[in-house]
Amino acid sequence: MPKGLLGIEGIERDEIEQILERARAFQPHGGQTFAKVNTCTGRLVVNMFFENSTRTRSSFEIAAKRLGADTLSITASGSSVSKGESLVDTINTLVAMRPSAIVMRHAASGAPHFLSRHLTTPIVNAGDGTHEHPTQALLDARTILDRCGRLEGLRVAIIGDIAHSRVARSNIHLLAKFGVDLVLCGPPMLLPREMARVASGVTLEYDLRRAVKDADVIMMLRVQLERIHEPAMPAGEYFRFYGLRQEHMALARPDAIVMHPGPMNRGREISSEVADSQQSMILNQVENGVSVRMAVLERVLLQ
Amino acid sequence: MKLLIQNGRVICPETGHDAVADVLIEDGRIAGVGPGLSTSGAEVIDAAGLVVAPGFIDIHVHLREPGFEHAETIETGAQAAAAGGFTTVCCMPNTNPVNDSVTVTKYIVETARRKAAINVFPIGAITKGSNGEELASIGSMIAAGAVAISDDGKPVMNARVIRRAMETARALDIPVIEHCEDLNLSAGGDMHECDDSVRLGLRGIPSASEDVMVARDIILAELTGVRYHVAHISTKNAVAMVAYAKQRGLRVTAEATQHHIALDTGHMKPYDSAYKMKPPLRCEHDVKAVVDGVVSGAIDCLATDHAPHAGDDKMQEFERCPFGIIGLETALGVSLEVLVHSGLISLPRLIALYTSEPARVIGWKNELARGALKPGYVGDVTVFHPEYPWVYDVKNSLSKSSNTPFSGRTFQGGPILTIVGGQVVWRADGF
Ligand SMILES: [Zn+2]
Ligand SMILES: [Zn+2]
Repeated sequence: MPKGLLGIEGIERDEIEQILERARAFQPHGGQTFAKVNTCTGRLVVNMFFENSTRTRSSFEIAAKRLGADTLSITASGSSVSKGESLVDTINTLVAMRPSAIVMRHAASGAPHFLSRHLTTPIVNAGDGTHEHPTQALLDARTILDRCGRLEGLRVAIIGDIAHSRVARSNIHLLAKFGVDLVLCGPPMLLPREMARVASGVTLEYDLRRAVKDADVIMMLRVQLERIHEPAMPAGEYFRFYGLRQEHMALARPDAIVMHPGPMNRGREISSEVADSQQSMILNQVENGVSVRMAVLERVLLQ
Repeated sequence: MKLLIQNGRVICPETGHDAVADVLIEDGRIAGVGPGLSTSGAEVIDAAGLVVAPGFIDIHVHLREPGFEHAETIETGAQAAAAGGFTTVCCMPNTNPVNDSVTVTKYIVETARRKAAINVFPIGAITKGSNGEELASIGSMIAAGAVAISDDGKPVMNARVIRRAMETARALDIPVIEHCEDLNLSAGGDMHECDDSVRLGLRGIPSASEDVMVARDIILAELTGVRYHVAHISTKNAVAMVAYAKQRGLRVTAEATQHHIALDTGHMKPYDSAYKMKPPLRCEHDVKAVVDGVVSGAIDCLATDHAPHAGDDKMQEFERCPFGIIGLETALGVSLEVLVHSGLISLPRLIALYTSEPARVIGWKNELARGALKPGYVGDVTVFHPEYPWVYDVKNSLSKSSNTPFSGRTFQGGPILTIVGGQVVWRADGF
């Protein structure tokens, strides 16, 4: 059965290394655009976005086009899903179009895993509920490698709403496979104790200053208001205790970098000063999104 | 009308009988148990090599009629029950409309009388619409044939309301069966709150949501003196609290389901809706505590919580599909495996958990007396093989639904003949 990419948890370190290595080949140089490689001409990639995300969807679309593949994008509002048709029915319709791969974003955790049990078409998970977002973790790893040259032995702090973050879970799985020292930090309600046992090398910290101490990488997460079903803390209070500000950067390593998967809430989880600083890798992350997704799609399409 | 079941190993936990013997049923009632009974005028069944037990009783099933007949009907649910060796089931009131009135109770009783292969007793709702606010017409439903009250599927969140229900039930001498779940603590949850739920990004249902309700209800059961029964107990703390309540002489009972003694979160296939039920599958230490509770007697009986959902409803994203699995046809196989073949309890004790014990929880008396092979008791008998290997294939299920994690599993021992009121209503292929 052809393999897609459902998550980082289930893949091996050497597979991750191969993807990251291939992604490097796709990175544009200087002011150039992404090279068109056309290794996947004639393949059809269907992007199924049951949850809105212009950024991720465009990134996958550009990646597929750079590989020479055809793309078809379907968003939930324009599909029959909203008319009460089941996920299985929708996908069966699509499979009749014989795509080479399906890229899927869905609000329910495990939705791509559920489908992969009923389909033979490989599925690339573009974010499932509060579970995983594997290509985001890969592009984050590519970004860290570009700047730090290695993953082993780094100290990485992930800060914010860990409980509801698929970005956090995928990053934790990926970085743990490389022996990274991981510190997770957030208010207790958004950082369940069980997170410490998701992977090896993870510690929990409820104090932002202690979390960023000596960090090589600081990953900020978006406060996902739409997923928080009970009031956590007032916005001002959140920023006071968990918002990353310039004063915190003095505690981290001098060459520390700051990352954010976007979209950012300035003044809620990160100050503009930090977001726009030299240490901010936010735009590099976006750019690496395309090269990493080219590497992932090529791997899935050419197997 | 005479039926003679010859030469089986007759096990009746209530009378303590355990020997090869014959069982005679005459005019729908047990007429005699003993060696070498006269065959004259009787239809004879040879049960040599088989176990002959009182008819199995399941006090917790969902038959979905009225309202959800695409998932199950009283007729199909009763067929599945017969195939599982059950001669009596009690059906929960979360139908549409909810069984909160004489009208619905009578509909179920009447439909069962016309269409069900086995005995079906309705359980009435505690509150109108099972909304937890205003008491239902409890007395009239009992008079119309209901045997207990429960808002199963939901707990009664308001402590004053459950107190009043308990007082009413105490006066009527019926049990209150509670689905123990604090809805504020479990809100939005899809599986047991543990390392796995956090890793899978699914919202958790903490053990505490069950524990706090069992604690509250035991306190109110003491206040009211009611017979209080905990449905589908699943946590270590809840089992300990029930054991303690018993020790103190309170009239508190509990049931465990086959899935809560056989499966923990580690058995779940990620995001497979066949593993989604309420209470959710718990951790290993909870499962051990539930099994220990069954062994020690802290837990009184076994039940299936047979909860059919039609294919389309279960074929969805895990966090969107409904809770519940079917279980009537696998109950004996699973519990033989977990409890008897493992050496934890004896075969007679297992039979008690499906016969005399559930009968005691409900409190059937006089002409309804069942759960034992005693002269005068209803002539319901379950004949099973304690060891033969068979594979459960849900495609052959008599239920209308197929939501089960046990399909494809091999069991050692299962039902052979189901006899209701002296009539064979189901027999295994090839017997
Ligand atoms: Zn229940
Ligand atoms: Zn139930």
